[in-house]
Amino acid sequence: MSAFLATVRRDLLLALRRKSEVLTAVFFFVIVTSLFPLGIGPEPVLLKKIAPGILWVAALLATLLGLPRLFAADHGDGTLEQMALSPSPLGLLVAGKILAHWLLCGLPLVLLAPVLGLQFDLDASALGILTLALLLGTPLLSLIGAIGAALTLGVRGGGVLLALLVLPLYIPALIFGAGAVEAHIAGLEVGGHLSLLAAMLVLAAFFAPWATTAALRIALE
Amino acid sequence: MRQSLIHWFKYGSPQSFYPLAGRMIPWFWAAAALFGIAGLWISFFVAPTDAQQGEGYRIIFVHVPASWMSMFIYLVMAFWAGLGLALNTRVSAMMAQALAPTGALMAALSLLTGAFWGKPMWGTWWVWDARLTSELILFFLYLGFMALQAAIDDPRRADKAGAILALVGVVNIPIIYFSVKWWNTLHQGSTINLTKAPSMAQTMLWGMLLMALAFWMYSIAVALMRVRAIILERERHTEWVKHAVE
Repeated sequence: MSAFLATVRRDLLLALRRKSEVLTAVFFFVIVTSLFPLGIGPEPVLLKKIAPGILWVAALLATLLGLPRLFAADHGDGTLEQMALSPSPLGLLVAGKILAHWLLCGLPLVLLAPVLGLQFDLDASALGILTLALLLGTPLLSLIGAIGAALTLGVRGGGVLLALLVLPLYIPALIFGAGAVEAHIAGLEVGGHLSLLAAMLVLAAFFAPWATTAALRIALE
Repeated sequence: MRQSLIHWFKYGSPQSFYPLAGRMIPWFWAAAALFGIAGLWISFFVAPTDAQQGEGYRIIFVHVPASWMSMFIYLVMAFWAGLGLALNTRVSAMMAQALAPTGALMAALSLLTGAFWGKPMWGTWWVWDARLTSELILFFLYLGFMALQAAIDDPRRADKAGAILALVGVVNIPIIYFSVKWWNTLHQGSTINLTKAPSMAQTMLWGMLLMALAFWMYSIAVALMRVRAIILERERHTEWVKHAVE
């Protein structure tokens, strides 16, 4: 467990030394969501209707933007090989890296989403549901994305390839995440959506570090 | 038991699988042609004209088998990929690699024929129905698998990375399917209900089954031909390939 926490602390510390990388993804999220009203028009009714989808798709893309960094630097300088050789299980260290990635790339999106939701005229309770859905959904995105990041590690055209691999797998998270907010706006029950998101999160939290570790071992061979 | 195990593992080596595949290919082509001719004959001349859809429904005889095969091939591909990952048999991974283009072709064919069918029947090329959407996502999964394999130069790494992706995809397919299905029922966007199958004449069903068998045999034949090409490409440095090509 201490190895897990140490990995989280190390990755957070490294990221804080190079703040611009983390901030880029966050600003990307802000800019993309602000582009949609400019492209579609300032009609509040329409914007309110498409807001959950836009915020979720933008969150998906912003998470994707940060994924290649997850293992690339450690792979480049050989840290990853030392991790694979270390006495603590690699899966645990990988889980720590994924958690750190979520804290850096996912959590800022969760915190920013209510502010951006105001741009789209969402009311307070809808903003609450949006935040809750993103809180459950963004760790899921980091977990699934880690598998893709490990598979494309050091591969030609890795970034684009990563998008091709990971985005189809993100679809269930998008459906239930955006669906929860839409259902709330439509006056329906949102418990089902959130429960399914949470169920997928539990499933991914169990399997994704394991699959990521297997993919990393292949990349390190 | 011991002997049968040895027998099966024997064909796990490219050298002994190559001639076996070569011997099987003509049979599967013949079966594909036979089932195809019978299926086409039934679907064009025997199956009655549909009361509601007229003659246009006959595209079902291509559309449904292609959809079935696209889903089935992904499962088979994941099976071979998993086997290759677990037992480290090279031919298994090559089978998975050989199946992917055929699976993608079937998914594309299913989407294309679906569009051709949808236009006269519903007046639109595309609806965001659960089945259409999940077929599209399946197509994306095939593309991802092929792109990953193509991007990695080392074939052994490409095999293993592809295998993990195929297995992750197989776990996700039911999740994606149900999420798309529930998304669709929540939105109630289209009034077309594809899930309620109309009662089908017996001959139509036969035509469809024969066509599905033809597609199945075709897929096996093509995958075996492709796996032979892959074996030659990867084993080009070995002595037996030089003899085989001569």
